[in-house]
Amino acid sequence: MNTMNTTVTKEAAMPDETPVPVQEERPAETIIQEGATVGTPFADDPKFKLRNVEVFYGQDRAIKNISLDIARNEVIAFIGPSGCGKSTFLRCLNRMNDSIDICRVKGDLHLDDENIYDPKRDVVELRARVGMVFQKPNPFPKSIYDNVAYGPRIHGLANRKSDLDDIVENSLRKAGLWEEAKDRLDATATGMSGGQQQRLCIARAIAVSPEVILMDEPCSALDPIATAKVEELIAEMSESYTIVIVTHSMQQAARVSHRTAYFHLGHLVEVNETNKVFTAPEHELTESYITGRFG
Amino acid sequence: MSDQSKQAEIVRQSLKRRYRKERRFRAYGIIAIAIALSALVVLFADIIGKGHSAFIKTTITMDVDIDGEMMYLDDASDERQMKMADFVEPLIQALMREIPGAGESDRDAVRDLLNPYASNQLRDALKEYPDLLGTTQTMELLSHTNVDVYVKHAGDDNYSIKLNQQQREWVDQLVEKGVVDTSFNDVFFSRGDSRDPSRAGILGAIVGSLLTMAVTLVLSFPIGVAAAIYLEEFAPQNKLTDFIEVNINNLAAVPSIIFGLLGLAVFINLFGMPRSVPVVGGLVLTLMTLPTIIISSRAAIKSVPPSIREAAEGIGASKMQVVLHHVLPLALPGMLTGSIIGMAQALGETAPLLLIGMVAFIVDVPGGFLDSATVLPVQVFLWAGSPELAFIERASAAIMVLLAFLISMNALAIWMRKRLERRW
Repeated sequence: MNTMNTTVTKEAAMPDETPVPVQEERPAETIIQEGATVGTPFADDPKFKLRNVEVFYGQDRAIKNISLDIARNEVIAFIGPSGCGKSTFLRCLNRMNDSIDICRVKGDLHLDDENIYDPKRDVVELRARVGMVFQKPNPFPKSIYDNVAYGPRIHGLANRKSDLDDIVENSLRKAGLWEEAKDRLDATATGMSGGQQQRLCIARAIAVSPEVILMDEPCSALDPIATAKVEELIAEMSESYTIVIVTHSMQQAARVSHRTAYFHLGHLVEVNETNKVFTAPEHELTESYITGRFG
Repeated sequence: MSDQSKQAEIVRQSLKRRYRKERRFRAYGIIAIAIALSALVVLFADIIGKGHSAFIKTTITMDVDIDGEMMYLDDASDERQMKMADFVEPLIQALMREIPGAGESDRDAVRDLLNPYASNQLRDALKEYPDLLGTTQTMELLSHTNVDVYVKHAGDDNYSIKLNQQQREWVDQLVEKGVVDTSFNDVFFSRGDSRDPSRAGILGAIVGSLLTMAVTLVLSFPIGVAAAIYLEEFAPQNKLTDFIEVNINNLAAVPSIIFGLLGLAVFINLFGMPRSVPVVGGLVLTLMTLPTIIISSRAAIKSVPPSIREAAEGIGASKMQVVLHHVLPLALPGMLTGSIIGMAQALGETAPLLLIGMVAFIVDVPGGFLDSATVLPVQVFLWAGSPELAFIERASAAIMVLLAFLISMNALAIWMRKRLERRW
């Protein structure tokens, strides 16, 4: 494990010493060096320690030798063109890829020094700790209350009705939905607006008190006002949760995240402080992307 | 002319053609629906036209002297005497009184106006109330089938009237006096099959059908749904499951008589189960219905949006919880609809039941799952094959009853789907 760490660090540091000359017409594949991530992919005492991660869909290698640390209570944004593997990579973090038969994950993925892909690992327990919010708001076709209470109920987190009520209220408050929803907790959740539904999904995710929340383009189906609310929420939540967010909006990444990771064709090209990525990207591909040359 | 206006002209001309095409297509659709509807109208007109008279029975109402001497009976509570007693004589006497022109020589002709089983009505009444002996009672007795046919179909060439000229005159007189009258045929709904058309009823077949359907439903719904859930949610995708899937789809297209042969070979010959009973009928129909239920249930499960599955998995629901809490409730309307349609098919199925002996002539209304029984479509088959026209009208009436069952089952399916469906 240790030896592997060091080699990866060396590799990651390499491009810094020998910058590749920029040429417009060169295909991206020739610029990227596999496993060579520019910037600061590693952290001390990380929440997630991910080393040499590879994901295969049948014969296709969707994620190519990615190593990354995700620090505690940080908001890290994954950006990159469509099909670059950022969602696939995100879904490895709570093993949502398990349900896809042809998907195989290789490498070392650790959450608090526990192997995520240990065959003996209980996925249910993992997902209770690593919650997820999806691209399209997907509330259950049940009441608002039941949506939020579902997680605590199946995990047995509340023994009494009053405990459950408290959890529901707290979660809705944290998701900024309490004022709007408190008078119609029994109304069906699918009757709410898209933005409210997405905040309900966030409330549902935090109702089981996860340590990490994965967000897969949480605002792509929302209007700007609802988006602003969710972003505000992300900023507040970063105090108590580690948040990994996949986004297509670079402005959003710039607004909410501490660090930004740029993915390209299954490679992790660059990881840096968000400021740095958007003002002085180290890698030419990152620069091309944020200046809108492709995406 | 500029390019733009030229193009606009081309578009305008093609528009006409496009609209013509659309109108033509609509006309085809309307014609197709008209053909289907008229076929339905013809079918219903024919069945109702032939069958409606089966819902009417012809009765003879008269005052009967229950005279002990005439009947060789002095104590109606004595079973031995009851067995020996003559219950026909009082009825003949009563009817003779109603026909002024009839002399002693016309006794047999008068007797033939009465249903051969009419005396049972008198015997049953006396068995229940022995005190009636020696009194005069007004009784409503079933007429002979020939009288029934004459009263209902006198002008119809299709029916041969088996009454002689004198009997016809008598019946005409009796109808005028109100002695012979028609009323709603309760016999048809309260009795099993009979050799005598006037006494043949459909209750035996209805109960037989209900018992068979109960067995089919109890077996095929849980097995079908469980198989569908397993195949859709838990089974790995490999050669074996592909093979199973192909076979299930194949089974849905297998002619039903094959299932009858299978039932005969396995349930009756191998397991030694009795013939003609609803349990075996239900088992055979279960085999026949299962593919339909499995296929429709799988389709219903497939149509549950994957986002709901992901939402539940993302919170940490186990596979079983995802299925039970989210997939199943959302798929249930589709599953139920498929199952009810499968059951409706099974209700109308005849061929496999012929092979397991449910085609037997059974008079008694079945009392349980192991009593000999027949079912509605088989009853239709039996009566339709009978040479007597009075049975043909009953066959049409039985078809109407069967159709009523099918329509109400399909209505139930639609109602359930509407009720259980969740709005998105």
